[in-house]
Amino acid sequence: MHDYDAFSFDSKAEMLEKSAHYWNPDKTKFWSDSGVDLVIDRREGYLLWDMDGRRLIDVHLNGGTYNLGHRNPEVVAAVKKAMDRFDVGNHHFPSLARTALAEALVESAPAGLTKVAYASGGGEAIDIALKSARHAMQKRKIVSIVKAYHGHTGLAVATGDDRFAKLFLADRPEEFPQVPFNDLDAMEQALRGRDVAAVIMETIPATYGFPLPQPGYLEAVKALCEKYDALYIADEVQTGLMRTGELWGITKHGIEPDILVSGKGLSGGIYPIAAVLLSERAGAWLHEDGFGHISTFGGAELGCIAALTTLDITRRPEVRSMVHYIADRVGAGLREVQAQYPDWFVGIRQNGVVLGLEFAHPEGAKYVMRQLYELGVWAIFSTLDPRVLQYKPGILMTPDLVEELLDRTALAIGRAAADPALSRRRAS
Amino acid sequence: MSDQTVTAPGAAGHLLERARWAARAYASYSAGDVERIVRAVADVAHAHAEKYAEWAVRETGFGVVEHKVRKNQACSRGIVDTYAGQDFVTPRVRIDDKIVEVPRPAGVVLALTPSTNPVATVFFKVILALMTRNAVVVSPHPMAKECCHDAAQLLARAAVEAGAPDGIVQSIAEPTIPLVEALMGDARTNVILATGGTGVVRAAYSSGNPAIGVGPGNVPVLVDATADVRAAAQRIVESKAFDNSVLCTNESVLIAEEAVADKLVREMERAGAALLGADDARRLRDYMFPLGRLNVDVVGKDASWIAQQAGIRVGPRTKVLVAPFELAVPEEPLTHEKLSPVLGLIRVPDAAAGIATARSIIRIAGAGHSAAIHSADPGTVMRYAAEVPVLRVSVNVGNSTGSSGLDTNLAPTMTIGTGFVGRSALGENLQPKHLVDWTRIAYNADPAEAMPAYAGLSPWADHRTPVPAYPVPSNDQRGLDRLDHRSSAVDAVVDRLGGSADAAFREQVRRLVVEELSHLIKG
Repeated sequence: MHDYDAFSFDSKAEMLEKSAHYWNPDKTKFWSDSGVDLVIDRREGYLLWDMDGRRLIDVHLNGGTYNLGHRNPEVVAAVKKAMDRFDVGNHHFPSLARTALAEALVESAPAGLTKVAYASGGGEAIDIALKSARHAMQKRKIVSIVKAYHGHTGLAVATGDDRFAKLFLADRPEEFPQVPFNDLDAMEQALRGRDVAAVIMETIPATYGFPLPQPGYLEAVKALCEKYDALYIADEVQTGLMRTGELWGITKHGIEPDILVSGKGLSGGIYPIAAVLLSERAGAWLHEDGFGHISTFGGAELGCIAALTTLDITRRPEVRSMVHYIADRVGAGLREVQAQYPDWFVGIRQNGVVLGLEFAHPEGAKYVMRQLYELGVWAIFSTLDPRVLQYKPGILMTPDLVEELLDRTALAIGRAAADPALSRRRAS
Repeated sequence: MSDQTVTAPGAAGHLLERARWAARAYASYSAGDVERIVRAVADVAHAHAEKYAEWAVRETGFGVVEHKVRKNQACSRGIVDTYAGQDFVTPRVRIDDKIVEVPRPAGVVLALTPSTNPVATVFFKVILALMTRNAVVVSPHPMAKECCHDAAQLLARAAVEAGAPDGIVQSIAEPTIPLVEALMGDARTNVILATGGTGVVRAAYSSGNPAIGVGPGNVPVLVDATADVRAAAQRIVESKAFDNSVLCTNESVLIAEEAVADKLVREMERAGAALLGADDARRLRDYMFPLGRLNVDVVGKDASWIAQQAGIRVGPRTKVLVAPFELAVPEEPLTHEKLSPVLGLIRVPDAAAGIATARSIIRIAGAGHSAAIHSADPGTVMRYAAEVPVLRVSVNVGNSTGSSGLDTNLAPTMTIGTGFVGRSALGENLQPKHLVDWTRIAYNADPAEAMPAYAGLSPWADHRTPVPAYPVPSNDQRGLDRLDHRSSAVDAVVDRLGGSADAAFREQVRRLVVEELSHLIKG
């Protein structure tokens, strides 16, 4: 019997059966078929426990949502306390917590970003960004990257991979042209007509396996935007909040974007919230018609408290230093593993604690993911490039946990390399 | 999981966490690295000795600037010179014992520093920690937090500029009792160095973490009939006046053998002391010990100020007030620690009675700490040392600088171990060796089993680049060019050089600095 106060299940099997029956049959089955029978139960820091009690180190972090760890005590305490005074709030009116968070975000952001609009999740935030760009530029086209991922809402989904857009007949290639990543000629070609409202870029495309922008690429894209009068939207949902060793990854490129989007980790993993930071130009609609975008839960005041606390923790000089240490140790540890399996573990893409591990098989990361799971580590393959494992240590990881993670990772990569199924398929 | 439940909250916890990373990195540094870093930090501390002496006196109201300068110097270059040639890094090979000792630093040192002796203690503990490859978090006394925090930040910058890992020296800007208790109990603290009042020392020992805390002093000084009375008088007055007597090593009670007492007092008056009559001594007691407890207003103040407050007329150049009393019992306030240039005086018929009186004084307070004696008779000195339960006896020298090792060959220190008798884990003067353990490689003692040569073997590496490395993208190892616009180091230089200049000039400066840093990194 698994008793969770509000509900209970007799067994994990019963729970999975109901999950498939009432919730999402395909997703439930997908994980069972993948050999990952995970039902997350207890969670604390960077550790998860399956319903069966098995402990896992979390380096998936749900895309950085748990950047500060699960149930970060400071965030939990702040939100609990806030619940004695605040609730979701009323989005029609000037709001205490929304204003305070907006000020903090603007103060933290690259120069030129002066306004904040709120969403209840990253997809909605991207929609706000795209709508803002269209309004400001009075143009419709949005250029994104092939294999980009910006969420699943109406406009956001159209910027992403066909798989998710076509499923719901939401693909609109004429308004949402895509160009290959790291291809400046294609980018210039797309912008040359001066009919593009904005280019939207993840600073490092996550779902595509964190391929790193070639040195100078993002800077050149920004320059092209300026040349052809398009806005630059930095999707910092996965690269923001100190994951690259600076608060916003884009600042490492010296870029001052017109729009910056943050989500996931901003919530502290406790209360959903996402935010769009806008330049005066991009946020012009906020002067013209402030009711232009309405979101009841966008910027819910409890979420603002979670985000303020998250921002406060993340911006501590001690934390920035810790991230640099973690990045350094993890990078060095993985290079040692790579030296043992150079033909199998063929690449390490790293910027801070944003890591993509490349394996020499079209679905290599799935094998490694399974072995890691067996060995007590939860990391996920890249949906749009399953050669690459997303490997995302949290920014508050302790030295001991980092070393334990590396021990387990080394063993898992070795086991995957020796997987007979894999060598058969590799050979064929 | 930790078996301790205390966790320092918020930023303070992250301070310890950062220290832990820094300590791990520093534990692999070579002897050459450590020497370079310690030297750089000591030089910076020494160069700022006057500034922080003045600041400490201004902030706390305790002590004398010129004396604090001396302590700051002694606790910076002085300490480094004392331990020159010793290192706590290189493995030690004991060929005859077939033992090799490999140093293992404590890790994160939580250094509590007092209000009476603030910056000198910061210098001292930071340098000790750096010599032994530890990270240190300074937790200053709230009364001295500004000067101590600033000094710790200065040393931190100097350490990192000399190549130490980022975060190797940190300090608490806003210390509070609950915060310090949380830091002491946090499992990320490896050892607490507690210098301060009894409360904080007991709290350190109760924290559940390893602690080196020391008890209070209450120093008796015996002058027997064989002493060089004039020299003794001068030394006692100088020592008692040193830093307005805020050190725990300053003399508290003078025990004079009757045969030389009058002469001793006369000589002390010539040296700047004022002997109080019975009425003045009573006024002083009433002012200094209302309801039997020390009035903290007197701590670290000079003698003429105290006399004035107590309604006693003394000359303006008076350095020490000498207050006679009859009976060495606890209800006599003058037998207690005074932390001010007020010296109790009791006369005894002979040396044996003097020793007994010193025992009485230490029974009241100051067990395990220190005592002084001025005598030419080694037998008396030996009996004094054996019978008075203290762990250091300074002979023919002022105790302030004697027991703290500044004017004797004891280890120079700001932290006086009071040993088991003084409820401390430390019986010596705190010194670098107390912050490092040694892993001992021990070979089979059987002569048939030979130990191979270990000379020259070292597991440590030289460090020439910043630790940790800045997280440049893995496909862009040009490195520093990428962090051009956001590097705080670069910004700091640009601000310094081009503070008021126009944008173009600032940009030019920025480019030059980045280029230069790139060369450094590559070099």
